[in-house]
Amino acid sequence: MKDRIAITGMGIVSAIGMNAAENLKSLKDNKHGISKIEHIDTTLGDKILVGEIKKTNHELEDILGLPSLNNFSRSSMLGAIAAKEAIIDAGIITEGNTKIGFINSTTVGGMDMVERYYNDFLEKKEHQHYIEVHDAGSNTDLISEHLGINGFVTTISTACSSAANAIMLGARMIKSGRLDQVVVGGMDGLCKFTINGFNTLMILSDTYNQPFDENRKGLNLGEGAAYLVLESEESYQKRNKEPLAYLKGYANANDAFHQTASSEQGDGAYLAMKNAFKVANMKPEQIDYVNAHGTATPNNDLSEGRAMVNIFENKVPKFSSTKPFTGHTLAAAASVEAVFSVFALRENLVFPTLNFEQNMKEFDLTPQLELEEKEISAVLSNSFGFGGNCSSLIFVK
Amino acid sequence: MEVTPPFFLKNALQMKNNIIHYCNIKNNEVYLDGKKLYTGAEEDFLSFIKGVYKSFGLDYPKFYKMDTLCKLAIASSSILLNGINKEIDPNMAILLSNRSACIDVDIKHQESISQGEGSYASPANFVYTLPNIALGEISIKYKLRSENSFFIFEGFNPEFLIEYGNSLTQLGKSSSVLCGWVEVIENEYNAFMFIIKPEKGIELTKENLEKLI
Amino acid sequence: MEELKIELKEKIIEALNLEDMSIEDIKDTDVLFDEGLGLDSIDALELIIILDKDYGIKLTDSKDGKKIFQSIETMAQYITDHRTK
Repeated sequence: MKDRIAITGMGIVSAIGMNAAENLKSLKDNKHGISKIEHIDTTLGDKILVGEIKKTNHELEDILGLPSLNNFSRSSMLGAIAAKEAIIDAGIITEGNTKIGFINSTTVGGMDMVERYYNDFLEKKEHQHYIEVHDAGSNTDLISEHLGINGFVTTISTACSSAANAIMLGARMIKSGRLDQVVVGGMDGLCKFTINGFNTLMILSDTYNQPFDENRKGLNLGEGAAYLVLESEESYQKRNKEPLAYLKGYANANDAFHQTASSEQGDGAYLAMKNAFKVANMKPEQIDYVNAHGTATPNNDLSEGRAMVNIFENKVPKFSSTKPFTGHTLAAAASVEAVFSVFALRENLVFPTLNFEQNMKEFDLTPQLELEEKEISAVLSNSFGFGGNCSSLIFVK
Repeated sequence: MEVTPPFFLKNALQMKNNIIHYCNIKNNEVYLDGKKLYTGAEEDFLSFIKGVYKSFGLDYPKFYKMDTLCKLAIASSSILLNGINKEIDPNMAILLSNRSACIDVDIKHQESISQGEGSYASPANFVYTLPNIALGEISIKYKLRSENSFFIFEGFNPEFLIEYGNSLTQLGKSSSVLCGWVEVIENEYNAFMFIIKPEKGIELTKENLEKLI
Repeated sequence: MEELKIELKEKIIEALNLEDMSIEDIKDTDVLFDEGLGLDSIDALELIIILDKDYGIKLTDSKDGKKIFQSIETMAQYITDHRTK
């Protein structure tokens, strides 16, 4: 069927697991990955909680088998680990494959290394090699080299909706016949640049994030990477590979309101969801579960909630935010949550929204609170980024 | 239902996209549709772009708060959109690209948090530390709720912009696309914004785009 | 407090990039946000930073800012009452 794109592989690293199996187990066991920050020396250490991957950069290098002198930033190492898992999961060969692509996304790029050695760069030569890979594009190149992907490679940078846009672009390239297989997703490691920046916007919580709760105080930053392998029907049928699930709908719209806040009625969010349904040729009532963006900021949850009430005409299906498990993984968020959406489809599970205590006064919406077994045929996943960049994806069995 | 027509039917089904208008800001000069409209004497980018803002009467006070990338993006898109004297398509998509993302303000932010104990990050800086904020600023100014994306490439990538831009109009997502290469790092800058639409104009080819930038 | 008010106007013009404005353009009782000077939520956060950095006042809830930053008058009063620097 040409109206949907097959997902033939997945890979993920996050605060709740170093691969897909570990992540799924944590979701089922209600085991979140939010804690105090350990690997970064920041003055905000005592004031925030984060979804940190408890591996040092050395340990990540070992996992990848990198030589001790390398150009990989923490973000790129997370990206490489997750992308590799996705490729192995899909069982595809990258060598000599001209019809495979890699569409990556990141907000941090090589920043975590540059900020670490910034003050030394002028005096000491030993870390200067990191300067070359500060930018987003170079990090993507490093990973594609590591994976052996020589075809179409690019990087998208649209904040928290980046990975959704990467997935969308990948789907279009498959549909147009330009590519047969494409690895799509995003990566972001924790760093002071991001921590200090979000702190100055006063949207970080000093406690566990509570999406859609009346007393939510803000988000917990997280780190991670996740990728899907999208593939054309001809390609996976030829090699007898059974898809994990399918991507049926996708859309992007701009909220046109403010650089970092969402409009009150969630116009951009509403449009993104509406257009995703159009692309999927589906009606809202066909959705069994919504994985919300749900960052637990006062602003996002209000506008996203309103947008959901509007698009679902008050009959909002079961929905949850999985950010209490992983934190907000920024550019990786949409792909992390795409993986969770595929889990929901394959395992017939609705994941809970942890830490919830009290309904928001603005509407009558209670997120899913318990892990629940339910027949799931279609999942809607939302990711809304700074700059008003709103994306929605629809996954089906 | 989203269906991609077979290649041979694509052109027969609808008119191809052409470059209907374009704007260049580079080498201290501003051009609209190839015609030079302004020359600035300033040596540094910030003074130059402020001169452009004033000279073209852009009248948008938020301009002053923006980082260098957004200033360049807003200046070039405003000159282009204001200069074409037609109503702007409300679902005109925006497709921007560059090499350096928003490096200037990234550095500013990084410096502000590296002062040790006396470090204060500036929210006004931080909100600009993503290249796609430029998409947001254009969308806000022209009330566009359309699809938009920002790509990072090693250099100007006309083939990609053509392919992506064409797919947006051919799939019926947008009636036109504002495409651009908007690159600025310190005092090196180059903005090339162009609108593609299935209307009369300059043929949308790699060669033509390379000539016009 | 007059000196403080002038100081605040200077700081606001600089920190918030209000390029086309001078001290004379901001009256003590002018509404700073929305329809007044057109400041927005990000500007409010910048003012919170100024309160901390220059006057030693730490605001933990950004919503408190709305009352304090009503006008130069209210800002100056609040700072006079709470400054530690």
